[in-house]
Amino acid sequence: MAEILLRPKGSIGIMVEAEVISPNIFAGKNKAEIEGLLVWQGPVQLPLGEFFDVDVRSAAGLPERARPEETSILIEGDISRVKRIGQGMKAGWIEIHGCAGMHLGAEMAGGSILVQGNAGSWAGMGMLGGLLHIAGSAGDHIGSAYRGSWRGMTGGTIQIDGNARSQLGGGLVGGKIVVAGNVENFCGIRQSGGLILVKGSAVRGTGAEMNGGTIAVCGAIKQFTPGFVETGREENPKLGDVQLEGWYAKFTGDYALGKNPKGSLYCREG
Amino acid sequence: MMASKNIVCPVCGASCDDIQVELSGDKINVKNACKMGNAKFQEIVSSHRISQPLLREKGIVRPCPWEEAIERTAEILADASRPLIFMGSETSCEAMEVGLHLAEFLGAAVDSNSTVCHGPTAMGIQEAGRVGATAGQSKSRGDLAVYWGSNPLESMPRHMSRYAVYPRGYWTQRGRFDRTIITVDPRKSITAENSDLHIQLRPNTDYELLSALLVLLHGKRPHPSVEKVTGVSISQMEEMLELMKSCNFGSIYVGLGIASSYGKHRNAEAAFNLVKELNARTKFVIGALRGHCNVAGFNQIASYLYGFPFGLDFSRGYPRYNPGEYTAVDLLRERDVDCALIVSADLVSHFPAACAEYLAEIPVACIDIAPCPTTMISDVVLPGVIDAMECDGTFYRLDDVPIYFQPFTKSPFSNTKSNADTMKQIFEKVKALKR
Repeated sequence: MAEILLRPKGSIGIMVEAEVISPNIFAGKNKAEIEGLLVWQGPVQLPLGEFFDVDVRSAAGLPERARPEETSILIEGDISRVKRIGQGMKAGWIEIHGCAGMHLGAEMAGGSILVQGNAGSWAGMGMLGGLLHIAGSAGDHIGSAYRGSWRGMTGGTIQIDGNARSQLGGGLVGGKIVVAGNVENFCGIRQSGGLILVKGSAVRGTGAEMNGGTIAVCGAIKQFTPGFVETGREENPKLGDVQLEGWYAKFTGDYALGKNPKGSLYCREG
Repeated sequence: MMASKNIVCPVCGASCDDIQVELSGDKINVKNACKMGNAKFQEIVSSHRISQPLLREKGIVRPCPWEEAIERTAEILADASRPLIFMGSETSCEAMEVGLHLAEFLGAAVDSNSTVCHGPTAMGIQEAGRVGATAGQSKSRGDLAVYWGSNPLESMPRHMSRYAVYPRGYWTQRGRFDRTIITVDPRKSITAENSDLHIQLRPNTDYELLSALLVLLHGKRPHPSVEKVTGVSISQMEEMLELMKSCNFGSIYVGLGIASSYGKHRNAEAAFNLVKELNARTKFVIGALRGHCNVAGFNQIASYLYGFPFGLDFSRGYPRYNPGEYTAVDLLRERDVDCALIVSADLVSHFPAACAEYLAEIPVACIDIAPCPTTMISDVVLPGVIDAMECDGTFYRLDDVPIYFQPFTKSPFSNTKSNADTMKQIFEKVKALKR
């Protein structure tokens, strides 16, 4: 086991892109090696040690021996100006006591990330597996496809305890996104698989251009997507491993996309 | 007295190429141009024209020699860790090309006016693809024109008379009488008043209306809530769709009502999808009414040189694109650049207040023809040359057709022939400093 503690040295000016902050890259490295990893600030590459105090603790044995799944990274402080943390990580644990910048856990395939504060836009973009837990609120494009792609997250779980903004789960193919609060526009746009559960309300465009998968909204939808046709009512529907309570109206859509769409939208009645 | 014919107008995306001017001393007489065009041509004899480089030092603005202004601009760019280069849309493609290469050299971010204009339309094209046509095609064949979220009589005054509604085309010999006009606009604009059908939707419901039309096209009835949401009855939607399906050649001209109302690129994407599917019934095309003379140019040049239409970031040496992250408004609001070179655009007037405030804090150099809030906050002001009047070059018209323009007079400055020339001088100096 190895535990690496990162503390931001001061406020960050031009935003930093630090995809090196990942258990896969930290695993088996000592303090000096981690401090020497290069991050991008604008067009220049600088060592991680310029921005963070690094402390490596080892529970048993040498940190150099720790494998990615035995590596945990603890970040103490606000890193909302640091992007791409945990990008592409495959195993291990990252915990952030503060807010995180854009692209947190983008394309992650395994392991877990917990953010105690808010996360910026594009968190969990194109996620393949693992768990991304945002205890605060999140920006736009969470768990969505990258610009120009129609295939977003394919696996894993994103849990947001606060609210998320627009285009949540855009192009979702698989996996699960649960939002305890509200979402704004175009939640689940171009979704073709997987599950999105919104416990609060949505503004507009919910399930727009959807062709598969499931969305459930427990609160109100302000501007309902016109291409959804009601197909029945269900009491206490079970969506995958998620058990909902109460009566739900079930819709199929989005008929704006084609003549035979297979997306399901559940809206709580009353 | 010097009279010139077939001058290209450097104002809006219509790129009218039939302007006649007579320039004599401090007077210019303009024929064929609209009010907007005429006003721009009057700039050439305006007393407001910036006639020499200006430098701000410790808060004091003073005129300075040309060389010093170029040197100082280059220093600002070379000393910064992350510059923003903003190539405004009222200059030539030739100047924009230098700006893009300069951004690549510096690892900078580079953007243009479409970032606050039809950028979402360009993003919609990337999502859905676009069935387009040249303006000449629509003139010769078009028997249905839909102005969606646009008001050409006030924003592109000659669009209706030159391209879309009134001109007699090969298959539209009777001009206006051979054409049906639909306007989709929350306001009763003068374009709407001159249309055969006005769909007065509620603001920010374009996506729902487009989506409902697609649902009807797929043989289903839209969810009944759409009538309350959009303020348009389903029977009115059916009437509109019937007109669209039964024409021989339809053109949709989208404006900022689509690109800059809520929904943004999703609205544009839905519009492109609707046009794509209408092509199963008849011939239908779609294009944007571009606001400035060369706002389409940046999209074209950036796309063919670097693969993306606007908001490019070169910080890693190769172009990256992610509107919302590398676009000018977001970079300035998030304080993620530390200097700016602004060419032929007044960002301080047109960007959100937080961006304008930040621009006032960081070193800024600009190239402009007349005093404006951006020149007031700039550390260096280089006088601009007016494209299509004082130098030759290329604009891309609203239908993405390149229009080569020739001047009727020459640059009033001995040190530069054009904005492209000024940009090259800055680039040379930056290279010398970075070597």
